[in-house]
Amino acid sequence: MDNLVLENVCKNFGGFAALRNVSFTVGAGQKVALLGHNGAGKTTLMKAILGLQPADSGRIAVMGAAPGSLRARRQVACLPENVAFHSALTGREQIRLYLRLRGQPVKLADELLERVGLGPAANRRIGTYSKGMRQKVGLAQALIGSPRLMILDEPTSGLDPVSRREFYAILDELAGQGTAILLSSHALTEVEARTDRIVILSRGQVVADDTLAGLRAAAGLPTRIQVAARPGAADEVARALQAGRRNGVMVDLTCSPEDKLERLREITALGAKVRDLDVVPPSLDDIYEHFSRRAEE
Amino acid sequence: MNGVIGYADAEFRIALRNRWILILTVTMALFALVLTLAGSGPTGTLGADQLSVTVASLTGLAVYLVPLMALLVSFDAVAGEVERGTLALTLAYPVSRWSVLLGKFMAHVGILALALLVGYGVAAVTAFALDEGAGRGLVALGRLYWSSVLLGAGFVGLGYLASGLSRRPATAAGLVIGLWLVAIVLYDLGLLAAIVADDGGTFTERLFPWLLIGNPADAFRLFNLAASEATAAASGVAGAANAIMPAQALASILVWPLFAFGLAAWRFRRVVP
Repeated sequence: MDNLVLENVCKNFGGFAALRNVSFTVGAGQKVALLGHNGAGKTTLMKAILGLQPADSGRIAVMGAAPGSLRARRQVACLPENVAFHSALTGREQIRLYLRLRGQPVKLADELLERVGLGPAANRRIGTYSKGMRQKVGLAQALIGSPRLMILDEPTSGLDPVSRREFYAILDELAGQGTAILLSSHALTEVEARTDRIVILSRGQVVADDTLAGLRAAAGLPTRIQVAARPGAADEVARALQAGRRNGVMVDLTCSPEDKLERLREITALGAKVRDLDVVPPSLDDIYEHFSRRAEE
Repeated sequence: MNGVIGYADAEFRIALRNRWILILTVTMALFALVLTLAGSGPTGTLGADQLSVTVASLTGLAVYLVPLMALLVSFDAVAGEVERGTLALTLAYPVSRWSVLLGKFMAHVGILALALLVGYGVAAVTAFALDEGAGRGLVALGRLYWSSVLLGAGFVGLGYLASGLSRRPATAAGLVIGLWLVAIVLYDLGLLAAIVADDGGTFTERLFPWLLIGNPADAFRLFNLAASEATAAASGVAGAANAIMPAQALASILVWPLFAFGLAAWRFRRVVP
């Protein structure tokens, strides 16, 4: 049984279809990234999973239970987007409140804050925290009580690169213990290497649900090769490769994944006229754009 | 139960940090002191002890101040959490909505009870310093205290209701100020106008007493003035107070906190974070 199951979930606001037949699953230990433009339905979907705003139709099962039921809520942790904790409370007091809400001993607060790197600031008011530190308070509360499913809306916004790495290390640890994780993000390059699967939502519909490699293959986007020619030789190199010249030394060409090796052989055959080259596979940004645009057409 | 304890603790700390407790306590103490000292003149002529006279003055003050304080501590309770985004988080936890509200209710009523205790305490100490016979007024002061806490509890509940009806704290703040004006100031003026217009007809005879008791602030005033003859004499409204039985006024004071909290909880169930 998957920790989270979504089947044909629909949600309308007035005449606007916010979610249209959304179906996918998140199994134990899986980390799934939910991508989509602003207004694509990510937050609406997360609210439906948490039972905060019920879906109109379709089925959602959280550890086999109905969303928002006591059994589901006992096993789900979440971090809403842009949550602002009360500025008058200290980090420790805030976490103690959430520990109480889960029926856990309040003495665990310091341990949790230590884990997200807020140990030294535990006794300071949240009002004095930076944006990244506030986000860490949010992460600390999501870790309470080893949840079976984590729903994280833009969890790394405001975090610096080091904190992001530490955050994903914590997620890896949780996934290793069997927690299913669904997270939304705008930072595509970030989720590229950190998640097992990617679900792309566009106008309330799932337009892609696969591993990154699978999405790359399905999109069939060209690979870019950037060739740096020796000074003065750029025109000659561009002509030989039948490619466009970007500036005095750089020559850009694109090719399908299958033609890549053949093109590389042509380039190396030019010998000393070529100084360097880079092969750029389609990034997640390209793939994301491809699927979102295809859905819109 | 976890939600009740968690929120009671957190809200009390917030009120402590935000200086709400300090502000309310100092306000109550200052007013009590001023009223006691200002009321020290007429005791001899009325034959009432100093504390009873003070209780009569405090009753008049509490009718205005206690609902205002209660509404000020409570208006942010729901709308504030919606705006900060913490309500969505809280409601994803395995706690019931009513327990979250009850935790806040306990903290906020507790804060009021504390401020009133200090304020009325200051009044009692001052009265004893001025008049050795002030002990006769202690029962009236005790009655004023617990009925003030109940009056405050009713308005805390109404504050939550206003907060649950608003998406933003600023709207909730406007709503509670409006509520205070209507319930405490305009309501009585309206009744007065109706009595004058009715000129002793059925409205004055039948409807008016119930309308008066239906308003928690009026019920509070009537209960405290009618229950103590000395204070009634001192305040000069014995006649009006006696027209309505204290038992009915007391029932109104007791029922309002439950009714208002029930309404707030009912509304809170429908709030989408």
